[in-house]
Amino acid sequence: MIKNEWPLWEVFTQKRSGAPFEHAGSVHAPDKEMALQNARDVYSRRNEASCLWVVLSEYITSSSPEDAEAFFEPSNDKIYRHPNFYKTPGATFE
Amino acid sequence: MESHSEQEKEKQFNERIDRGDIIEPKDWMPERYRKQLIRIMGQHAHSEIVGMLPEGNWITRAPSLRRKAVLLAKVQDEAGHGLYIYSGTETLGVSRDQMNQELLSGKAKYSSIFNYPTLSWADMGAIGWLVDGAAIVNQTALAKCSYGPYARAMIRICKEENFHHKQGYEILATLMTGTPEQKAMAQDAVDRFWWPSLMMFGPSDKDSPNTAELMRWKVKKYTNDDLRQRFIDRTVPQAENIGLKLPDDKLKWNPDTMHYEHGEINWDEFYNVIKGNGICNHQRLKARNDAHDKGAWVREAANAYAGKHAEKTMAA
Ligand SMILES: [Fe+2]
Ligand SMILES: [Fe+2]
Repeated sequence: MIKNEWPLWEVFTQKRSGAPFEHAGSVHAPDKEMALQNARDVYSRRNEASCLWVVLSEYITSSSPEDAEAFFEPSNDKIYRHPNFYKTPGATFE
Repeated sequence: MESHSEQEKEKQFNERIDRGDIIEPKDWMPERYRKQLIRIMGQHAHSEIVGMLPEGNWITRAPSLRRKAVLLAKVQDEAGHGLYIYSGTETLGVSRDQMNQELLSGKAKYSSIFNYPTLSWADMGAIGWLVDGAAIVNQTALAKCSYGPYARAMIRICKEENFHHKQGYEILATLMTGTPEQKAMAQDAVDRFWWPSLMMFGPSDKDSPNTAELMRWKVKKYTNDDLRQRFIDRTVPQAENIGLKLPDDKLKWNPDTMHYEHGEINWDEFYNVIKGNGICNHQRLKARNDAHDKGAWVREAANAYAGKHAEKTMAA
């Protein structure tokens, strides 16, 4: 049997500076330096990234899809948070 | 929270599929959907990994530095493909260790095409053009599959496959402008790889027990025969373009269906290779096991280094 599976890291790539970081996938690695190197070799062989984040997968907390309706409900009835809620007779806004 | 019966949940799941929703790892899914995806994605990942071996065989013998750099890059991409799909499969609750173990023990299946030997340099051309060409057709369809991590891995992979496909064609096109011996070498490679490439799409629809269920769940969007036909239709003109003859007397254009007709596929050969009786099944498995065993000290050293480093950080 194989033992000691290396921990799992989630990989986030930023295409160029100024762009948001996007989840690319995950890699196994024994430590953060090797996680970065593996992430580069797996997810950026063609300059897909100019910067990389790796985060131990176990540190990521996700909201639960089954509770999504209730969890995100508070913003459903607040249409006044959007500009088209307001009447601005005659004036032009860009 | 109201509690849903399994039946109710499955009904809602099917409605999501019908609406074209993409299923994500934490979403509820039927056990059978999960199992099928673990099976398909696992086999796909193993195929990428074992698929490095027939081509790795020629890296040291590539005819020029350019060809060597290209082949290295291609094989490295295949390793990447394997890793994208493994990590996608892990989101379904199976561990990397387990998948590794299943490959090394010979329990896991992978694409039968990789159990054929690579006898000449022209085989690198035939593999890139035909095997990666077939993979592109398959994977382009899978890029629209209902499971998010698999679909995303496929999108990434498809971008890379076009290079694989074209470099293979370029190898054959170059040989076809060469000496009679070089032309014969290219033709021989295509003669050997054409039929196994058609088998890559899997058994004919009538003999494919999983197709209906996988299509219902939009894991598969097209049947094996549909995809095979698509591959044939786009490949025949490419062969003619450089003077290669595909080894099928029955191959001919049908202006009514707007498709090429083709001869009968030898499914006995296909099942025989899957059962482990292909020319290279044993060799491939041994190569994987050797690589794993010989890499043990590297994994141990990396673990030891990481352990020491963590201790230091704790002490500081
Ligand atoms: Fe691949
Ligand atoms: Fe490929």
